[in-house]
Amino acid sequence: MGDTVLVLVVVTALAFDFTNGFHDTANSMAASIATGALRPRAAVAVSALLNLVGAFLSLSVAATIASGLVNTHLVTLPIVFAGLAGGISWNLATWFLGIPSSSSHALIGGVIGAALAAAGTDAVKWHGLVQKVVLPAVLSPVVATLIATVGAYLVYRITRGVPGRTRDRGLRLGQVGAASMMSLAHGTNDAQKTMGVITLALIANGDLPAGAKAPTWVIVACALAISLGTYCGGWRIIRTLGKGLVDIAPPQGIAADSSSAATILLSSHFGYSLSTTHVASGSIIGTGLGAPDGQVRWAIARRMVTAWLLTLPAAGLVGAGCYAVVHGIGGTMGVAVVFVLLVAGAAALFARSRRRVVDAANVTDEWAGTHTAAVPVSLASDQPPVAA
Amino acid sequence: MTSWINLDALWKIVVVGLACGAGLPAVFAVGLRALGHAERVPSAAGPVSALAGGEPAEGVVPLGTRGGTGATRRPATGWLAIAAACACFAVVLAAIGCGIDLIVSHG
Repeated sequence: MGDTVLVLVVVTALAFDFTNGFHDTANSMAASIATGALRPRAAVAVSALLNLVGAFLSLSVAATIASGLVNTHLVTLPIVFAGLAGGISWNLATWFLGIPSSSSHALIGGVIGAALAAAGTDAVKWHGLVQKVVLPAVLSPVVATLIATVGAYLVYRITRGVPGRTRDRGLRLGQVGAASMMSLAHGTNDAQKTMGVITLALIANGDLPAGAKAPTWVIVACALAISLGTYCGGWRIIRTLGKGLVDIAPPQGIAADSSSAATILLSSHFGYSLSTTHVASGSIIGTGLGAPDGQVRWAIARRMVTAWLLTLPAAGLVGAGCYAVVHGIGGTMGVAVVFVLLVAGAAALFARSRRRVVDAANVTDEWAGTHTAAVPVSLASDQPPVAA
Repeated sequence: MTSWINLDALWKIVVVGLACGAGLPAVFAVGLRALGHAERVPSAAGPVSALAGGEPAEGVVPLGTRGGTGATRRPATGWLAIAAACACFAVVLAAIGCGIDLIVSHG
């Protein structure tokens, strides 16, 4: 049983890493794409490359998943697998709806749900969950919003009167620098998560001794998976963050990306991890508040925050459900059945997304009013309506 | 309370975050302003902004014509502005270098 399940866990973990990449492209590049600092394809290529480089910078990978959140000695391969399935499901669903949401929360939610289903409430360290996940999720957007509001206000004030083209060209150039820093930091932080998951699975299967570091092939595979995901670009989410939440102008773009990059790097430096997605979204809202003519589409912000509140329980439910199926059927067959269901579900969602495509060509189309759909209105109106 | 929130780290993130996340784009903006200033300083061939293809922003009067006096500035002012812009951009570049160092050292 062990080796087949291990292979399925590794493949599922790499698939999660891939969804993590395309879900989070928006965090680093939505603002640059919206302001025209980088063309959409160039933006995702730069981000993918820097994520790849960043992933190789993470040399000390801890073989822990949700450390401090669940009792890790209870974690088994089926729990990890079910947790990953929960995380992937949430990532795909939110991508389809064009909602930015935290991949870390999705993975943590999935693993906690699976652990609860497997071992009951004793499996979860509730204090750790509130301290390390829930409160940072509340604080991240607040801190980022504050910094970006001040940044956008200052940039607008200072560049007032600077010749238009000089100002916009310069600000776009500066923004590319800040966005690149975000991508690099993202590769370092987020690829580590999956490296940790796979390393844990290898330890659980007896292929590595306890406390071992990630083997080279794990680092390479994870770096490639997150980078490939980033290159594919989660265009629906990029559109929501770059055009929907706030229609970002160059002075706002540099303020948003600088705020996000600084907050992410500092939170990592001071040992208080904040979610990249929550920080990036908060920064973009801040630039809407700090700009003199800025406008935040609060309907979209509310939709996004609702998704954030649902991330842990929803991914947890899927994780618990997947574990129940794995456990109910039992053995390799149980894992294989859930794996096939996951692939089928992903394929169906992808096929559905092709009905109304959001890609590099239409990602920056105008956003009409407070419309909350990720799909450009001009495109949507050309086609028959589809139930959400 | 502190067992729930790492207040020590939080206030540092806010303060240093404001300095870097809001301060650095502001410094960059000061650099751009200086550059814009340099462009508007008239030279023998006319305002440099014409070379840059830039239109003056709304409500901006090119310096050489401000107040209708026709007063001109010394070319040295332009060089000073360019030097100030370079200094601002150097500060931002140095900060990016520190950021990369931070990423690598945490890897």
